[in-house]
Amino acid sequence: MSDPVKTIDGRTGPWEIVLGLEVHAQVASKAKLFSGAAVGFGAGPNEQVSLVDAGFPGMLPVLNRFCVEQAVRTGLGLRAKINEKSQFDRKNYFYPDLPTGYQISQLYHPIVGEGVVEVERDDGSFFNVRIERLHLEQDAGKLIHDLSPSESYVDLNRAGTALMEIVSRPDMRSPDEAVAYLKKLRTILIYLGTCDGDMEKGNLRADVNVSVCRPGQYEKYRESGDFGHLGTRCEIKNVNSFRFISQAIGYEARRQIEILEDGGVIDQETRLYDPTAGETRSMRSKEEAHDYRYFPDPDLLPLEIERAWIEEIKASLPELPDDKRRRFMADYGLSQYDAGVLISEQAKADYFEAAAKGRDAKLVSNWVTNEVSARLTADGKDFSDNPLPAAHVAQLVELIETNVISSKIAKEVFDHVWNGEGSPAEVVEKHGLKQVTDTAAIEKAVDEIIAANPDKAAAVAEKPQAIGWFVGQVMKATGGKANPAAVNEILKAKLGL
Amino acid sequence: MAIDAATVRKVAHLARIKTPEDRLEVLAGELNGILAWIEQLDEVDIEGVEPMTSNVSQPLRLRDDVVTDGAKVGAVLSNAPKSADGFFVVPKVVE
Repeated sequence: MSDPVKTIDGRTGPWEIVLGLEVHAQVASKAKLFSGAAVGFGAGPNEQVSLVDAGFPGMLPVLNRFCVEQAVRTGLGLRAKINEKSQFDRKNYFYPDLPTGYQISQLYHPIVGEGVVEVERDDGSFFNVRIERLHLEQDAGKLIHDLSPSESYVDLNRAGTALMEIVSRPDMRSPDEAVAYLKKLRTILIYLGTCDGDMEKGNLRADVNVSVCRPGQYEKYRESGDFGHLGTRCEIKNVNSFRFISQAIGYEARRQIEILEDGGVIDQETRLYDPTAGETRSMRSKEEAHDYRYFPDPDLLPLEIERAWIEEIKASLPELPDDKRRRFMADYGLSQYDAGVLISEQAKADYFEAAAKGRDAKLVSNWVTNEVSARLTADGKDFSDNPLPAAHVAQLVELIETNVISSKIAKEVFDHVWNGEGSPAEVVEKHGLKQVTDTAAIEKAVDEIIAANPDKAAAVAEKPQAIGWFVGQVMKATGGKANPAAVNEILKAKLGL
Repeated sequence: MAIDAATVRKVAHLARIKTPEDRLEVLAGELNGILAWIEQLDEVDIEGVEPMTSNVSQPLRLRDDVVTDGAKVGAVLSNAPKSADGFFVVPKVVE
């Protein structure tokens, strides 16, 4: 197993990275967290705004039940403690995208407490990321800067949209681990159906907390829980793709190490990642606003969730990715790697299961993760809009298992099936691709080839591996349809091997 | 907790309330008076009483996830000092 901690060599010795993530996941709701305005993408400016979202005087927030349910559901999916009593607070700051002058969030009593996410590294080993909390809060509006040289335009369509902020402990030690954690979290959210995970649309966003320390310090922190053993952290905002997260962490860690090695001090601050320049820079305006003067929102009573409702939500949870991976390994005899690839998308896992019933699971897994996946990617699709019925994959595998076609011919059959020419059996029939198992026909071809190449036939006696040439010739003569095992057997007998 | 002129300046700035320098000391005195008055509440024995943020004891009302509002750009922009093409227009703010 590779060492999960990435060490960076500085001028004064080695350093280690410590990472924590704050992930904002947009709740997949129809209406906003505290108003009846629609949530969506692509509406005209300020069309999805109620007077509550626009901060008009006297307007009162009313909490969306569905959003509460999604937060609880996500908490259960993160194996976290659900707080039966939580409270909303106001986080006060001025910015043109925040018409009320405060964001309704949950600082003191979040709806979900501590949980844990099991994450797989590229080398197949696992590590745990502890979840500190999950809370509900409102999103802000959007500023558009390129419509005028001297003014900014404000669209409040996004203002008031429900977000789940999922805060991890500083349990990731390399950019790869941070990316692996975010991918896993995204998979869990999509399984649960609580967030669509669309990072391009900004429905899943991550802020990364980066600090560096000397080897051994992190272990001291884990033992004592004392953050004093760790370096001062900077929060990097605006990292909206897996690639940017990796790049931003790399840059930020090197920046901090350089400051420390020059005898400097890291300021705890919010920094913005600029993908074009490949660097992070300080967001001074955010610094000034850091005094948020939180207090309980007097417009909202404490949120109390009944035990029975939590149990009801628990009973409706789907099989989660970890459980599915274990079951695929146990029930289908798949490797951890194969199972991991299949469960990474729920629709892919479902497709596999539909095709694997009664078939050679390993073979089905190979077809699903290789051919079918590759064709979908090439067509810009995924398993949720897969045009190929799972029954076709099942039938194709059955044809291979029962020696009707060889694995090689199966690829040709698959091409025809993918192009919509019917089921694998129909394609095999139509194009005459059935494997020749009729020994008489194979024997005839073998005899002809041996007769035409007496020198090569003699050479095989000395060099048995030269039989491969004959196999090739027979396959060629039979249009690739001869059963390879039968060809080998007959050749060996005829050549006296 | 004593409030000085510097604290008043900071709070005024955070709240975007324009406060002339010669008012800071005066306001500090007034705010300290208010805080001292409120501090009388410390005399109440709250041993064993759960903290509360509201004086009504009833569950928070919840709403179904149904779109019932929006599509009122005119009303939303009605108080805006400046608007264009359905947007609020504000002085340039750039990170």
